[in-house]
Amino acid sequence: MKLTAPLIYGLIACILLVSAPHAGHLPLWVSAICSALLAWRAYLTWNGNPLPARWLLLVVTFACVLAIAATFHTLFGREVGVTLLILLATLKLLEIRAVRDVTVLIYLSCFIIITNFFYSQSIPTALFMLVTLLVIMATWVHMQTGDLAFKPRLRIAGILLLQAIPLSLIIFVLFPRVQGPLWGMPQDAYASSGLSDSMAPGSLSRLSLSDAVAFRVVFNGKAPPSDQMYWRGPVLWDFDGTSWKRGRNATLLRPVLTDATTPVDYTVTLEAHNKPWLFVLDMPAKISIPADLAPDFQVLSRTPVNARTRYSATSLLSYRANLGEPPQQLQRALALPQGYNPQARKLAAEWRTRSDSDMALVRTALDYFNRNGFEYSLEPPLLGTDSVDDFIFTTKKGFCEHYAGSFVFLMRAAGLPSRVVTGYQGGEYNNLGGYYILRQYDAHAWAEVWLRERGWVRIDPTAAIAPARIQSGLNAALPNNATLPFLARTQSPLLLKLRFNLDALTNQWNQWVLGYNTERQFAFLTRLGMEDITWKKLAVNMLSGVALLVGIFTLIMLRRLSAHPADAVQAIWLKACRKLEKAGLPRAPHEGAMDYAARIAAARPELSEDIHDLAARYASLRYGGEAGKDGLAAFGNAVRAFKL
Amino acid sequence: MNTAINKVITQTEQVILGKPRQIRLALTCLLARGHLLIEDLPGVGKTTLAHVLARTLGLQFQRIQFTSDMLPADILGVSIYQRDSGEFKFHAGPIFAQMILADEVNRATPKTQSALLEAMEEHQVTSEGETRPLPTPFFVIATQNPTNQIGTFPLPESQLDRFLMRIQLGYPDAQAERGLLSGIERRDLIAKLAPQMETAELMELQQQVRQVFVSPALLDYVQAILRHTRESARFVHGLSPRAGLSLLAAARAWALLDGRNAVIPEDIQAVLPGVASHRLQSVQDVQTSGGDNLARELIEAVAIP
Repeated sequence: MKLTAPLIYGLIACILLVSAPHAGHLPLWVSAICSALLAWRAYLTWNGNPLPARWLLLVVTFACVLAIAATFHTLFGREVGVTLLILLATLKLLEIRAVRDVTVLIYLSCFIIITNFFYSQSIPTALFMLVTLLVIMATWVHMQTGDLAFKPRLRIAGILLLQAIPLSLIIFVLFPRVQGPLWGMPQDAYASSGLSDSMAPGSLSRLSLSDAVAFRVVFNGKAPPSDQMYWRGPVLWDFDGTSWKRGRNATLLRPVLTDATTPVDYTVTLEAHNKPWLFVLDMPAKISIPADLAPDFQVLSRTPVNARTRYSATSLLSYRANLGEPPQQLQRALALPQGYNPQARKLAAEWRTRSDSDMALVRTALDYFNRNGFEYSLEPPLLGTDSVDDFIFTTKKGFCEHYAGSFVFLMRAAGLPSRVVTGYQGGEYNNLGGYYILRQYDAHAWAEVWLRERGWVRIDPTAAIAPARIQSGLNAALPNNATLPFLARTQSPLLLKLRFNLDALTNQWNQWVLGYNTERQFAFLTRLGMEDITWKKLAVNMLSGVALLVGIFTLIMLRRLSAHPADAVQAIWLKACRKLEKAGLPRAPHEGAMDYAARIAAARPELSEDIHDLAARYASLRYGGEAGKDGLAAFGNAVRAFKL
Repeated sequence: MNTAINKVITQTEQVILGKPRQIRLALTCLLARGHLLIEDLPGVGKTTLAHVLARTLGLQFQRIQFTSDMLPADILGVSIYQRDSGEFKFHAGPIFAQMILADEVNRATPKTQSALLEAMEEHQVTSEGETRPLPTPFFVIATQNPTNQIGTFPLPESQLDRFLMRIQLGYPDAQAERGLLSGIERRDLIAKLAPQMETAELMELQQQVRQVFVSPALLDYVQAILRHTRESARFVHGLSPRAGLSLLAAARAWALLDGRNAVIPEDIQAVLPGVASHRLQSVQDVQTSGGDNLARELIEAVAIP
């Protein structure tokens, strides 16, 4: 094998392809240096110049490592590791001197492929890495075969990858899983968006600009109507004049549902959002993963959700929620900061005297919102210190957080215990995949009031102003020129279908490839008829599957080799060649029998007669068209008798 | 083995010193009914080789020195008006001979070159509407100066393909050169040479070449070679099917010269440099075609199946 220019270009392409996706999160200077080094290498090869001196490379390497240490303030961890790996692999290109270096680089490229999945596990990333792997394999084939042209090289690489598919399937399905996500790292901190534990004017409308998926839901059975689809997230109790916060619950008692009916079962696949809340329909009754039910019916995971998580849950759609709410909690549900929003307080006091029941009070408030020219808008005007006053009497334009927040303020001012609930509402049905998608722009805020006979009752003031928001989603409720994310706007049926298709595919990928954890594996294998699954059994099955496949491939290849005509003669001749090879006189693959015999005779004159005889027999049997049973047997005997 | 052919070889080797392989290849070419192109510097014995072969085989010999002002009629012949009979009479050109030495064929213009090459291909000459067959056997040895010399019209690849083989003579080794310098003048030697073979015998041999056995295993090897030239990135083009046929024909003749009636891989390897080198071009060095090294590399790259 020679270190030809095309081989070097192949290696440059490998390194370029594997590190290209990293360019987005590597420090800018690292990307710049790597590109410069690759360009330098290509330039050297193009001109046939010698490689830079070792000391120069050493200096550059040390400088780079120091710079990395200075940038990250450490030399440990995932980011630093990946950065170092890419930089060093690129530098390695500049000191290729032997076949060994090429092999090292090819293995390194394969390893860097893996690191790309730390950052993204999407289908496009996987496809891109597949192409990259093909290029790496083609380069490897190039190294092995020397001067094969590009197309046959690519074909061999493709065949190799295709042959690897059944093997990787077996290993993927059977490899014993550890709990946790495939690519999860302990300190994973995704900069992902989602509902936070506080709400101020503008916080949800900001979320509505994102079309990122929050979670997907499959209902077992009939899905509830969309005006019942309230996905409960953080419950906010404490108001400080501007923002609503979760605060601290004054009780540890589990909340109680009475007269609860209409159960709904569903499975949620929640995207990582780095907060502990799990979203469930109002009101949750059961959940399949370890989680706590807070006194305000919030379901909290024990650790932040930093990887895609699947859970099944049961909710009850009709209920009386926590009739026995402790007095300290009711006290919290009435607390208001001193000195804010005098006009709203006055209005609330007036309503209180006018209404003969709590329910009538609620109705008055909703009527008020409905009749006084309030608008639903993504871009509400800014509010002053007395935000509720400003909103109710001046601007009258707001998003769901404005309505939920001021409604709860008014209710508390009127003496009715109430709280804000945030979460997601509605969702989009993907009829191809049979599931609902909830995106960030489905984020919503509503209110709950506590009535003596009914417990906590959900009141959605947004529904009073823009019922379409609840019935058919955000887009229907907003004027056309609103700056909604692309996906939330109305589209042609074709685009919609394409989008559903893509999302259904992504969902399958998430469920079956990325989400293929211990549970899924057991469920899948049980369905295939495997019993009493233990990791030992999995390992044994996997290894025997691999052995079986490799065996089959080997058999096919041997078959193909031996399917050759005149193979018997060839086999006997090869036996003789092996004897000579053991004696240190191997035959070159291109060496004919006669030439070989002449060479042997020159090296070992005492063998001359025998080997010439064998070669002549072989030539006449294989090439002379004289293959008869007798000749073959005699040849076999001669080879057997042939001693060194 | 045919003793006559051995005598031919021995006698030729006495005059052309230190070139047994080239002599065998030239004879192989003749027996396989192909034509031979010798590419080398002036003065290394191209003409002598042709002369000796013609004398030894008892063939009628003609030498044509190609020049840049030569016309096709100078080779093929021309019809001249006869005053006494009042008719046109065809005066046969030098091509009407059993062995032609076309010296410095790349000095002539392409028009003249193609006149020769067409005659080689078709074994006949068509002039003024009349077709005249060329004598049998008909064997052309063309010589060519290295193409990078001034004042040459290099033969295009398609024309090179008409030659079964291209060989190089090269300088003689020290011992052969001493023999050459101290021996008798070659010209006198040639004059004394006696034919060692009847023409009928030669044609019989040519017939025998076609009957040399080729086994499927050997065809596998030939195909492996052809496939390698087509798949490898070393060559501009792979070998054509015609090149494959030529390779086989030459290998048959070589086997017969070696006294065998079946072709073995060594025969293929022996003739491959001659048959393939002018048909292959290295990717790295597009300027000069072939070279024996390229063919040797090809041999080493293909395992015998």
